[in-house]
Amino acid sequence: MSKPMTRLTSEDMKALIGAMQAAIADNAEHLTALDQAIGDGDHGINMKRGFEAIAADADAICDKPAPQALSAAGMKLVMSVGGASGPLFGTLFMTLGKSLPEDFDRSDFAGAFKNAVDAVAARGKSSVGQKTMLDVLYPVGDAIAAGKGAQEIATVATEAAEATVPMEAKRGRASFLGERSIGHMDPGSCSCSLLINTVAAWINAKEHAA
Amino acid sequence: MNVSIVIVSHSPLVAEGTTQMVRQMVGDEVRLAWCGGDPDGGLGTSVQAIIDAMESVWSDAGVAVLVDLGGAESNSEMAMEVIGEPRSAKIRICNAPIVEGAVMAATEAAGGSSLATVVATAEELSPL
Repeated sequence: MSKPMTRLTSEDMKALIGAMQAAIADNAEHLTALDQAIGDGDHGINMKRGFEAIAADADAICDKPAPQALSAAGMKLVMSVGGASGPLFGTLFMTLGKSLPEDFDRSDFAGAFKNAVDAVAARGKSSVGQKTMLDVLYPVGDAIAAGKGAQEIATVATEAAEATVPMEAKRGRASFLGERSIGHMDPGSCSCSLLINTVAAWINAKEHAA
Repeated sequence: MNVSIVIVSHSPLVAEGTTQMVRQMVGDEVRLAWCGGDPDGGLGTSVQAIIDAMESVWSDAGVAVLVDLGGAESNSEMAMEVIGEPRSAKIRICNAPIVEGAVMAATEAAGGSSLATVVATAEELSPL
């Protein structure tokens, strides 16, 4: 018996891009407010610019097979975001693209996601527990590998972002604040949680429609 | 050919001002480029602008890059990856304060030192 394989269609990717762009745009002010508390206050506007750049080029990006589309989307983020989030989120998408076969099953995706998160850690010279996006991405990677459903994975992301509130920042601009970074959610973790919740909601909707 | 210097700040004013200070101290013996500001012109850095700056002063002796804060560093690393091998091996980001590091790196470069020496001289200023 062959394993159930997934292949993202051009329409799937367009829908995902539209949903992610909307989620970031709707929350841009909130992300900026989080970043004003412990960073330099540009996270929302930078992420919004990045996902708008992807959306503006969605037709060309989604003409490609999913791996190349992910790489192209990542490069858009790198070129358009303007802050440290550009290379970090860009690396996440680009490495996912490099690691994911065109037809993939759960374990392919789990492996690709793990590679992508490791690449983000290397890019940011960071590790788990330093109040960064990694504090959401690693638990989410574990949940994917453990075979959890989309809704459970979304919950893991939301809770992991919340769990950055009491952490002291050890990397990024917030680390300049030391203990004063405690009590605020990490903006990059919030963005990750938003994106993962958006993708999970899309998967849920698709599964219910099927 | 001397090592070139690229200055990458979140602020175009800081980048240009740093370049002016370096220029006043070392004259025209070292090629210098600067960039600052995100793709919309706000505070931040742009990978494309960094690539353009690196290419505008390309030297086979190498390019030493001075950056201010985190995003400038990660975007400079990204720019190096986009430029790719073999040229990226001749680009180094200095772990040094941007103004003092640029002045020291340029002074060393003006004497014809290697990229490794230029970077080491700038990094002597780093507390890390």
